[in-house]
Amino acid sequence: MPKPSPKRDGFHPAASWEVLRLRAKLLRRVRAFFDQRGFLEVETPLLSADTVVDRHLDPFCVELGAEASRSAAAGPQPRWLQTSPEFAMKRLLAAGGEAIYQITRAFRRGEIGPLHNPEFTIVEWYRVGDTMAAGIARLGELAVELLECPPPEVVTYRDVFLERISLDPLTAETAELEQAARQRLPAVPESFAPDDRDGWLDLLLSECIQPDLGRGRPVVVCDYPVSQAALAMVRPTDPPVAARFELFAQGLELANGYLELLDAAVLRDRMKSANAWRLRDGKSALPESNRLLAAMEAGLPRCVGVALGFDRVVMLRAGENDIRRVMAFPFHIA
Amino acid sequence: MATYNTSEFRKGLKVQIDGEPYLMIECNFVKPGKGQALYKCRLKNLVRNTVLDRTYKSGDSIEAADVEEIQTQFLYRQGDQFVFMDNNTYEQYELSKDQVDDAWKYLKEGMNCAMVLFNGRPISVTPPNHVVLRVEYCEPGARGNTATNVTKPCTVETGAEMSVPAFVEMGDLIKVDTRTGEYIERVKE
Repeated sequence: MPKPSPKRDGFHPAASWEVLRLRAKLLRRVRAFFDQRGFLEVETPLLSADTVVDRHLDPFCVELGAEASRSAAAGPQPRWLQTSPEFAMKRLLAAGGEAIYQITRAFRRGEIGPLHNPEFTIVEWYRVGDTMAAGIARLGELAVELLECPPPEVVTYRDVFLERISLDPLTAETAELEQAARQRLPAVPESFAPDDRDGWLDLLLSECIQPDLGRGRPVVVCDYPVSQAALAMVRPTDPPVAARFELFAQGLELANGYLELLDAAVLRDRMKSANAWRLRDGKSALPESNRLLAAMEAGLPRCVGVALGFDRVVMLRAGENDIRRVMAFPFHIA
Repeated sequence: MATYNTSEFRKGLKVQIDGEPYLMIECNFVKPGKGQALYKCRLKNLVRNTVLDRTYKSGDSIEAADVEEIQTQFLYRQGDQFVFMDNNTYEQYELSKDQVDDAWKYLKEGMNCAMVLFNGRPISVTPPNHVVLRVEYCEPGARGNTATNVTKPCTVETGAEMSVPAFVEMGDLIKVDTRTGEYIERVKE
């Protein structure tokens, strides 16, 4: 992969002006898309006392400094840079929001590579009353608008595994997943625990399946394993699945959506379980109290929410294979 | 023992796996939005030059390898032992023919060679890219044949055999590329 080489004077952007103009054009399209559909553009804090508790998402923790900590007005310590605007946007929904979107920055510690920049642009939207099918359809329309591609094909997580690696991800024993990964891949991490079912599923998906997903025509994968529900509702099918969906194009993961979890008690359980895994993985636990729980207890209306990685959309449109080339100042020169 | 955590992984890192030194020649970060972060690494064995693919999950670590390159002078050969001297410290290192590998073909006393040390012990030596060697023995060449595409075997002063154009004579000095083992040209004294 060619390494972006900022000119020797060290201040030049990593992206060309052509790509920066493309970014601006796509941002205008995003706004036009949601404005035309009656969505309200909102803004929520990047720095929050609350943070998403996910086994694999590491937020940056920000110290407020001595002055702020003496002032009661500063509120609780510490603050976190958001990994997505999810909690704040759901607070707006519980307080009467109906269809809202925002284009904002998200921050994820340790995520740096050709497809990751620790600071990146998220487009996130919610609509009250949507079914999962309606949410998938809207994501498809936005994909067509931004990527100028045919409408995405919709497949289940189960079928995508069955078709491509002849394995049922919902019913296979964890040992079978491990065996399949060892057969198909030149190397698997030695530190993977035999009982880390989601670890093996992630490995199979990202290494054996995803590279070919959405070639030619984008794909929405839906109905994830319950263990990967994150903040999605569980559908009581047999076996039950998470009402979660993801958009892939040209092998790139572009968006993640949920028929949103509404039950605060279930969220508490999931945060507890995520923290247990974090401790097992050698990470620190994240705070399990937050204002989203209060919003959910007051009544979060049934809704679908989706987050789209905007920089990767620009990558596809610009034909770039390195995220650093679609940002003016990516992390290494930020 | 020092270790590198996945967050420190990068191209050019020197690490130790199963007691052998490796150079990280590729490291790709892969992560589903809601899933396990993986580091897909390609590592080159610095002793055997073989390539190994390894995948690590975030939080894993690898032992660091103490690998350094020093400039040495080849002093002499004694049987199958090759003796070198560190140009800076004058410390001497003895390498077996196995450790010297193909380099033995080109080693002349006093020649400068790069040497790689792993945990203070030599693991490889690299002679200069071009060396001049005297032809000790070869069949007589066909007079007047200056074509370079007709070759014949010869034995050079180090005892190595190599292929040279038919016009090369016993006693000639030839320049050889040590990276490919190929004859480049005949040179004057």
